[in-house]
Amino acid sequence: MRRDASAWHVTRHDERADPLEVTPLALYLRRREFLALGAGSMVSAAALGWPAAAAGGAEPPLLPGVKKGAFGTDEKQTPYADVTGYNNYYEFGTDKADPAANAGAFRTRPWSVSFEGEIEHPQTVPIDELLGWFTLEERVYRMRCVEAWSMVIPWVGFPLADLVRRLGPTPKAKYVAFTSVLDRSQMPGQRRDVLDWPYVEGLRLDEATHPLTLVAVGLYGRQLPNQNGAPLRLVVPWKYGFKGIKAITRMRFVSSEPPTTWSRMAPSEYGFYANVNPAVDHPRWSQAKERRIGEFFKRPTLPFNGYADQVAQLYDGMDLRRHF
Amino acid sequence: MAGGRARRLSRFALIAACSIPLVLLVAAALGGRLGANPIEAALNRLGYWTLFFLLLALLPTPLRLLFGWTWPAPLRRTLGLVAFSYACLHLTTYVGIDQFFDLHAIVADVVKRKFITIGMLGFALLVPLALTSTDRAVRRLGYVRWKRLHRLVYLAALCGVVHFVWRVKADLREPLVFAGVLTLLLAARLAGPLARSAAKGLVRARSRSR
Repeated sequence: MRRDASAWHVTRHDERADPLEVTPLALYLRRREFLALGAGSMVSAAALGWPAAAAGGAEPPLLPGVKKGAFGTDEKQTPYADVTGYNNYYEFGTDKADPAANAGAFRTRPWSVSFEGEIEHPQTVPIDELLGWFTLEERVYRMRCVEAWSMVIPWVGFPLADLVRRLGPTPKAKYVAFTSVLDRSQMPGQRRDVLDWPYVEGLRLDEATHPLTLVAVGLYGRQLPNQNGAPLRLVVPWKYGFKGIKAITRMRFVSSEPPTTWSRMAPSEYGFYANVNPAVDHPRWSQAKERRIGEFFKRPTLPFNGYADQVAQLYDGMDLRRHF
Repeated sequence: MAGGRARRLSRFALIAACSIPLVLLVAAALGGRLGANPIEAALNRLGYWTLFFLLLALLPTPLRLLFGWTWPAPLRRTLGLVAFSYACLHLTTYVGIDQFFDLHAIVADVVKRKFITIGMLGFALLVPLALTSTDRAVRRLGYVRWKRLHRLVYLAALCGVVHFVWRVKADLREPLVFAGVLTLLLAARLAGPLARSAAKGLVRARSRSR
């Protein structure tokens, strides 16, 4: 049973007095107990819309001491099964179901991240030491894919700004270049040249230090599942999802705009900035509207994915049609 | 009379077999097994099967040319109509479910997005073929003109394959398999006559040299 909350049934759920979003997390996390009661209760769990377990079986462990973070939305959260079962992560295959199917055995320990370039304290830090530097917080963000679908995801992580502050960028640091892991033995998608491996992304330093920008290490209160970019990934909620580089191994502070994987692959389709912008279409998708996963009707896409109040001033005076 | 019944029966069996992907799709949709984005999944599957059956309809002629098999030829019309039916479902899903009859958005898509433009062109090319698929239409047009009209199917198949190639973001494997199969199907049509005329030329050259 991969998932039981069919989108075809969502309209019915919406009419309920007790919709999915008010299922308390504690109850949600105990659903295995309900499922264990037998087939009959499985049917009722499905009918109630409790998300099924993600493909690949057991969920990662809960993260302790997570505090509530800022910028939350009370929009209905996308079910765990969809967040962890419908992923663009070409390192594990190009089908949306491939990452959940292929990432299960991916090893995220030992893992270290190297911080390089224009910073006062270049260093390589083991992941668990890095996690000890910060208090983890939950950020419920909208995620808008360039393919015109979207989700609402309760991430767990820490602001990238806190990390950048610790590393001490020099005055020459204007951009941050991120590199994802390269591991053909563990990532079947990297055995084909679908993209130029390893995946690279970048942010302007003021984008990287914006309070919205998050380094995510978990979701739904749990450690990040492998198919979502474990052990750590970037989340930039006002940009298209492909900016959210996964399985980060290196952050390099540089003085000029770094190359990014998708814009290198198709510069006319994907830009460095990739800010969510309903006024600038992608050749394959109108960006005016989006389908929220689990919903039937498309909804209008908001400038900067609804975060314009927080980030629009970063781009004052820029022609966003040119810098798409 | 018995031949007519056998033909009807084989056509019925073929339609039943070709409906299996549709039945499985509907079952998956009703069972909530189309994943997180069921509309996209349904669109992709219907498009896939449209191309599959369209290329299958182009197979009987090479089979006749290369192996002398004539039995698949009477199935071409049914296969073409099956492909057209899947194309209709694919288009209906896009217009009625994905875009929910948002004509403004659909017109913008057709004008601005080249993969949708060429997909629409491919569908438009299939319409006259489906409308003239009856025996009566063949009689009314005359076989030669009917045959000439139905050569549009090559162009429609080409549009369909290009539609798929342009739709894909980075992983071109599947669309390129379709492109390769279409190339083979068209090449086989040329290869048969070419081989024959080459053989004829050879015979003529030999007889002249004697």
